[in-house]
Amino acid sequence: MSEHSSWISVGKRGDLVPGAGVGARVGQQQIAIFWLEESPEQLYATANLCPFAGVNIIARGIVGDIGGEPVVASPLHKEHFSLLDGRCFEHPEVSLPIWQARLQGDDLQVREPEIMQLLVS
Amino acid sequence: MNKLNLVVIGNGMVGHHFLEQLHEAGLTAQFNVTVIGEERHIAYDRVHLSEYFQGKGAAELALGTAEQYATWGYRLLLGVKATAIDPESHTVSLADGSRLPWDKLVLATGSFPFVPPIPGKDRPGCLVYRTLEDLDAIREAAASANTGVVVGGGLLGLEAANALRGLNLDTAVVEFAPRLMPAQVDNEGGELLREKIQALGVQVLTGRATQHIEDGENANHRMVFQDGKMLETDLIVFSAGIRPRDELARACGLTLCERGGVDVDDFCRTSHPDILAIGEVAAWRNCVFGLVAPGYQMAKVAVSTLGGGDKRFTGADMSTKLKLLGVDVGAIGDAQATQNAGAKVYRYLDQIKQHYRKMVVSADGRRLLGAMLVGDNSTYDTLMQYYRNRMDLPEQAESLILPASAGKAPALGMDALPDSAIICSCHNVSKGDIVGCIQGGCSSLAEVKDKTRAATGCGGCASQLKSLVDHQMAAMGMAVSTAICEHFNHTRQELEHIIRAEGIRSFSELRDRHGKGLGCDICKPTVGNILASAWNGYVLDEGRAALQDTNDAFLANMQKDGTFSVVPRIAGGEITPDKLIVIGEVARDFGLYTKLTGGQRIDLFGARLNQLPAIWKRLTDAGFETGQAYGKSVRTVKSCVGSTWCRYGVGDSVKLAIDLENRYKGIRSPHKLKFAVSGCTRECAEAQSKDFGVIATEKGWNLYVAGNGGMRPRHADLFAQDLDTETLIRTIDRLMIFYIRTADRLQRTARWLENLEGGLEYLRKVILNDSLGINADLDRQMEQLVASFHCEWQATLENPESLKRFRQTINDDGDDPEILFVPERGQIRPASESERAGRIPLVAL
Ligand code: SRM
Ligand SMILES: Cc1cc2nc3c(=O)[nH]c(=O)nc-3n(C[C@H](O)[C@H](O)[C@H](O)COP(=O)(O)OP(=O)(O)OC[C@H]3O[C@@H](n4cnc5c(N)ncnc54)[C@H](O)[C@@H]3O)c2cc1C
Ligand code: SF4
Ligand code: FES
Repeated sequence: MSEHSSWISVGKRGDLVPGAGVGARVGQQQIAIFWLEESPEQLYATANLCPFAGVNIIARGIVGDIGGEPVVASPLHKEHFSLLDGRCFEHPEVSLPIWQARLQGDDLQVREPEIMQLLVS
Repeated sequence: MNKLNLVVIGNGMVGHHFLEQLHEAGLTAQFNVTVIGEERHIAYDRVHLSEYFQGKGAAELALGTAEQYATWGYRLLLGVKATAIDPESHTVSLADGSRLPWDKLVLATGSFPFVPPIPGKDRPGCLVYRTLEDLDAIREAAASANTGVVVGGGLLGLEAANALRGLNLDTAVVEFAPRLMPAQVDNEGGELLREKIQALGVQVLTGRATQHIEDGENANHRMVFQDGKMLETDLIVFSAGIRPRDELARACGLTLCERGGVDVDDFCRTSHPDILAIGEVAAWRNCVFGLVAPGYQMAKVAVSTLGGGDKRFTGADMSTKLKLLGVDVGAIGDAQATQNAGAKVYRYLDQIKQHYRKMVVSADGRRLLGAMLVGDNSTYDTLMQYYRNRMDLPEQAESLILPASAGKAPALGMDALPDSAIICSCHNVSKGDIVGCIQGGCSSLAEVKDKTRAATGCGGCASQLKSLVDHQMAAMGMAVSTAICEHFNHTRQELEHIIRAEGIRSFSELRDRHGKGLGCDICKPTVGNILASAWNGYVLDEGRAALQDTNDAFLANMQKDGTFSVVPRIAGGEITPDKLIVIGEVARDFGLYTKLTGGQRIDLFGARLNQLPAIWKRLTDAGFETGQAYGKSVRTVKSCVGSTWCRYGVGDSVKLAIDLENRYKGIRSPHKLKFAVSGCTRECAEAQSKDFGVIATEKGWNLYVAGNGGMRPRHADLFAQDLDTETLIRTIDRLMIFYIRTADRLQRTARWLENLEGGLEYLRKVILNDSLGINADLDRQMEQLVASFHCEWQATLENPESLKRFRQTINDDGDDPEILFVPERGQIRPASESERAGRIPLVAL
């Protein structure tokens, strides 16, 4: 299903906050996009919905790393999620859906990752 | 299997320990357990009884809870006394007339305070010091008393004297023996102790036997001594030793020891095969032990015996290390050199510093048989290890008690200790146990304590445990972690120092020089917080927004549904009708839930992220400032109405509260800070539960520090009295900056002071006497912080970059459609999970 693999523009470079996250809408979903200036991949994206709190707040979490792996801490109760695969460090059975994000010039784009596409198609 | 009935008489410290051990040993499956306690309270920490006067509640002193007993399957009968044991029919009678059958009986009735048979001893106001109820009675009697006398100058007597002093009584100690603490110290030590204690304002009368007590002329009582001298006092506390509560045992024919106490064998069995005795009621080889550690050993032995085990009680060491009225006293083994023939003595007396140290060694000088310390316990741990582990003394044994300058004392390294060395005698934890625990994966002091229970009894071993844990972890190449997180190998205090010393202004600068990685939700907010208290810049500027914790990041408190609360500052709780109306209008116009807080202000809930700027625009336009309910900073200065209106007020508490709040608002600190000002001693503003509390007096202000409500309440300590307003403010300035510089991350002032080495006295020296010579520097930092105050919401509204962050999503300015409220009592509240489930699709693919 090709529409899932296409990149969707959600904003501009200037919307990003260095070292932190912002929220974006894709249809009815909300996603969180993090700009880790100092990390090799720089941009990460996840669902914005905290699987524990059930509210759209992941973008407001503090980002950092655990043993070198980039993570975000949910702002309400501080569960840590890997930005690489979405896995929760405290409760490995729970994970946060991962998205892909990139900058095309000034254009900020996201899409669901390959693995999600397979499940959907 | 049929369960046996086990009855435990006495629910004191040892009885409780027995019940814990019984559960841990899994023996509850074999017994129906009934516990009978005469006191109303469940077992509590008698060792720390005196802390009851310092504000600890009965619940805090409690060693267990009724729920816990219930889950262990124990039946607990409190407030009822056992009146008779019938060994024939295997029953015990209770004061309420009932009778309980038992197959096994454990006596843990402890002891009672001995009151010498002096005519007049039963007069009202003649009290003892053993139970919470005793302390209630003392407190009540002290309320209308000016003077107090303690009869008995032993350990407990001095502790009671300290308590009377704390209740503001002129206090005297009367001891029958020629010196204080006759059981622990010799004449020289006793003399030094007397000097020290008298210097604290407690009168000491030794060699005095009270003949009788009669009506006083200027006070309630007059004590008449054998030499005809007299002493008048309003209150008398007897603390002349303890006696085992062996009356039940005596009446039912159990064998007692000559000097009282129920005779027990190595298995804690009495002369009746089914009755055991433990704790202070038990006498082993004619000896009763008035300390908790031997009682705990007995409790373990009794559990073993009941389970068919062969653990033996082998006696106990009566060594003690104490701080009495702030004076160190230590006694180890045969401190009086009376139990070992041919023993030799080393002594060191320094009348200037008032230190006295004595070692009792074997005739050949090789073994330490005992030691005595007055005025300085710093060598106790080392001496104790030589004594307990029967280690050979070093070449120049005297160096162990000589001051460090006389040649370095050969400090006893942890390596020198054998694995069998007991570190914690309360819980019988050896060096080997602790090392094993660390080798098994424990990596912090807290974990070791949790696992082994070391240092959770009398606490006397805490410092030694810490050095052992540090030593062992270092030996195993583990970082002795004082690091705040994996990104910085420093404590908060060190980071604070580095940031100020090197003038560091950003997280990345600090990280590049002193840390590693991307940071995390521990170090980022900590550093953000330190940067703020060091430089007071706008917290959302220059990349600092990304450091802030949940609430600071958006200058509002995030609620469970992702919305925020809004709290404008209402300094001192004073507000004009017009401003009240503005708050009402804002709440109405934005549909916010409105509630008065516990901090004398108004909280508006249910604001969406994207509404915050508009709400704050309205509020700041009307002259409101941020209340910083989100920050680790000054929250509120609670006030009572004070002398302006109140008929009792002696000071203008509202004005001072407003001034204090305006002075300190905005300053970031390791944790939140709460203040209160009361206009008189009725204390309607509850100042003594605040980090900084002020109470007006006829002569000025009394300043209290380090109070706390919350999870572990703490009564504040009186720091200084009758200060004028200027001195008060200068004192708070310094205290606050000193706290900001030295406290741990998220450590309220209460825990900070509890952990501050040297405690209140040290703090007084630093702040009031400038003992570190830093006051000018503290003043400077405070002046700079006060001068650079700005309202964070005002600054945000003027900053387009910051405002950009107040959007739920970057490509849609609207509300988060998934936030849902329902009406309740005329306002909104977040929809519950089921209400939400019924109404909105959560994820639509
Ligand atoms: C709103 C309020 C309850 C109320 O409806 O009255 C409240 C609400 C919260 N309190 Fe509180 N506390 C409120 C007064 C108190 C008081 C009473 C007081 O200050 O007189 C106490 C006990 C006194 C004390 O602090 O010593 C109190 C002890 C706590 C504690 C425990 C602190 C401790 O040392 O144990 C926490 C947790 C913490 O800070 O780590 C806490 C944390 C919180 C938090 C911040 C929890 C959170 O992170 O979301 C709540 C924020 C709600 C919000 O959005 O505003 N709140 N909290 C009160 C706000 C007062 C104000 O005007 O600022
Ligand atoms: C102020 C103070 C400070 C102390 N400081 C220290 C210290 O620093 N270090 C140290 O090691 N020790 C200290 N102790 C001593 C320590 O508290 C005791 O060694 C310990 O409490 C003994 O425990 P126990 O269970 O044998 O007796 P207790 O704790 O006295 O408990 C016995 C319980 O049995 C109840 N009881 C008695 N008879 C009956 C009956 N017939 N029916 C029902 N219930 C009954 C009593 O009411 C009591 O609650 C201190 C004691 C006091 C009072
Ligand atoms: S007591 Fe607990 S629930 Fe109530 S406001 Fe304070 S933190 Fe929230
Ligand atoms: S010796 Fe009492 S707690 Fe360790």
